[in-house]
Amino acid sequence: MIPELGQLALILALLLALAQGILPLIGAWRGNRALMAVARPAAAGQAVFVAMAFGILVWAFLHFDFSVQYVADNSNLELPWYYRIAAVWGAHEGSLLLWILILNVWTVALAAFSQKLPEVFASRVMAVMGLVAVGFLLFTLLTSDPFGRLLPMPANGADLNPVLQDPGMTFHPPVLYMGYVGFSVAFAFSIAGLLGGEMEQAWVRWARPWTNMAWGFLTLGIVAGSWWAYAELGWGGWWFWDPVENASFMPWLVGLALIHAQAVTEKRGSLRAWTILLSIFAFSLSLLGTFLVRSGVLTSVHAFASDPRRGVFILAFLTVVVGGSLLLYALRAPRVAGGKPFKVLSRETALLIGNLMFAVAAAMVLLGTLFPLIADALNLGKISVGPPYFGLLFPLLMLPVVLLMPFGPFLRWNKGDPAVLKQVLLRAGIAAVACAIVAAFFVKGQLKPIAGVATLVWLGVGVLLYAVKRWREVPAGRRYPAEMAGMLLAHLGMGVFVAGVLLTDSLSVTRDVRMAPGQTQHIGGYDFRFDGVQRTTGPNWRADQGVITVTRDGESVTVMKPQKRTYPRGQVQTESAVDAGFTRDLYVALGEPMDANNIEGAWSMRLYYKPFIRWIWGGGLLMMLGGFTAAADKRFRIKRAAASSPAEELVLQENNA
Amino acid sequence: MPMNPTRKRRLIVVAVVAVAASLAIGLGIYALQQNMNYLFTPSQVQSGQASHYRTFRLGGMVKAGSIQRSDTSLKVTFTVVDAGGAMPVEYTGILPDLFRGNQAVIATGHMDNARFIATEVLAKHDATYMPKELKDAMAKAHADKKIDESGNAASGVKGG
Repeated sequence: MIPELGQLALILALLLALAQGILPLIGAWRGNRALMAVARPAAAGQAVFVAMAFGILVWAFLHFDFSVQYVADNSNLELPWYYRIAAVWGAHEGSLLLWILILNVWTVALAAFSQKLPEVFASRVMAVMGLVAVGFLLFTLLTSDPFGRLLPMPANGADLNPVLQDPGMTFHPPVLYMGYVGFSVAFAFSIAGLLGGEMEQAWVRWARPWTNMAWGFLTLGIVAGSWWAYAELGWGGWWFWDPVENASFMPWLVGLALIHAQAVTEKRGSLRAWTILLSIFAFSLSLLGTFLVRSGVLTSVHAFASDPRRGVFILAFLTVVVGGSLLLYALRAPRVAGGKPFKVLSRETALLIGNLMFAVAAAMVLLGTLFPLIADALNLGKISVGPPYFGLLFPLLMLPVVLLMPFGPFLRWNKGDPAVLKQVLLRAGIAAVACAIVAAFFVKGQLKPIAGVATLVWLGVGVLLYAVKRWREVPAGRRYPAEMAGMLLAHLGMGVFVAGVLLTDSLSVTRDVRMAPGQTQHIGGYDFRFDGVQRTTGPNWRADQGVITVTRDGESVTVMKPQKRTYPRGQVQTESAVDAGFTRDLYVALGEPMDANNIEGAWSMRLYYKPFIRWIWGGGLLMMLGGFTAAADKRFRIKRAAASSPAEELVLQENNA
Repeated sequence: MPMNPTRKRRLIVVAVVAVAASLAIGLGIYALQQNMNYLFTPSQVQSGQASHYRTFRLGGMVKAGSIQRSDTSLKVTFTVVDAGGAMPVEYTGILPDLFRGNQAVIATGHMDNARFIATEVLAKHDATYMPKELKDAMAKAHADKKIDESGNAASGVKGG
């Protein structure tokens, strides 16, 4: 009975979403305030019903209600309660419900904080959010009902895929979805702006923290996914250019461009049309990402099930969203577009170059990800695009970005000062070259780690120089507004990230070995002694657990216990053992016993020494922190839109002229 | 005639976009060509369809009982079959968790005489899923023989 209530709640949510999506639009068009006023209560009501549906699904999982197909497919009696909650978003149907729930969280937040926006504009924004919700609720109800019954009710369920039974996996999808869905705010703003035929700078300023938050969440989600893949997939990689990773990376790249484009539009009024276009693409790619991951269109780690009906709906939905917004863009952008001219040597130009690079990189990733689908549709054969495609193109595209980054903050709007730039070039350049030379001795002239160190110093000194300049020139208290501090953190994070990537990539020692108990392997200055394998058990698994004692120069470092787990339905899952450190990780994963009947004998295993791999995620977390910090800036919390300063209105008039 | 600032700015923007776009397209095509891997089944390889490609992906079922490990190293040999052909595969390294006989695999590598030397082996990942592309390829390779989809699932957890 209760699951049917969940379905009913979703249907009611759909009706409210329709009200939220259509009535305020008509109201805004006709100037009918009563219709516009529907938006907020409808959004609140929708959120209540969606939360109810989500709660019911969680309840069904916690109470082992295997009469619900989705619960029976993704959990069983042995699954611990925390993974039963995580199982809610462990497959397609529940993921969609989570997506809708998060969309409602953002919409309610938007409703609460948009009181000061002009009524007509705010109702259009809310309406667009409502229409997005309509699409997703329809998709859920028509093709992916999480409450479908399975009768007769089985005595026990199947299982949550063992690779998902990991702490990293429990919070990776929700955080990632916070990011995906967050871009819907910028999207709704752009569509509302296009519908109204105007885009005030004050509105863009108001939209900026939302974009920054969304991007920060997306960054965290990607970092969590990367860390999970490293720990869980058992072969120590942190990024595979897998289609679903790409699916989250494309909106990230476009979102990154959007953050910077919004800054230009908000401060200078320039690049408006571009900002709008980017926000359309950021959200469209988020939709594409959501669908690619769970729909099973692409073969990958995350694709679990496919259903042709879903494919058709997804295609239709994407066509409506992308096609509709681009059509609207084509019709209305010329009215909204405009901006102040700027010199070639200016902050606008630097940001524009960065923007182009991010956009091209996103297009490149899109091509590589979708090419196998296109080739298949055109009957060109079954093709996969190898990681070297991305590995070659991506660094090339990011090189100009990294080279320009230290200059960004020093460049003035409209017209930069060459003398200041020369000084930055000289100081950061000398520091980078000097450190590169020192590094060259440590790594015996290998190019990649030298480049990694040089990049870190180049970006780090760039950030430091600007921080010092602000310290000297600006009175205390106003030196580092949150927006600027966020920028500096994120840029530093980029340096840490690049250094981590290049150092790990080139200095890692990876060895697949065959070891008998008592044998020792010497890797990266550490001695790994294999002390044999024992049986052990967990809440819902049995495991063969290896014991590896690590020493360095005779001194004990750690004892590592990698496992080979077997879950109730016979699924095997490698649990690697990681000894994490600031400058290096030690990583051990069990392969298999050389003689399947004698687990106490020799085993194949992977032994890795991974220097600086934590820096990759550390850099990502700094970028995330930068996004959140910038979003917290007081400047973004505007009073009334009408109270924008006279200077800005003047700018607007100029632009419209 | 002196260009007005707006026009000049537009010209610069257009030029930058054009250069970046052509560079990106050129590089993209080059990199795509270098890194495209086709998927073939053993019978397709034996009929010579894969002979143009140095590296490609071999997809099919692991023949039951064909897995043989070396006593001294991590070298392992097994046979990948589809309805009309069989292909011996050699791989050095650790196989994915769910690699076993009578399961679908996709191996990336190249031919060495009549043997396929794999550099990466992807195996079954989830009991309810088989990669669509492998299913299609095998259906194409032997349209006359049915594949038991439910039992023969595979997906892309990397094991290379």
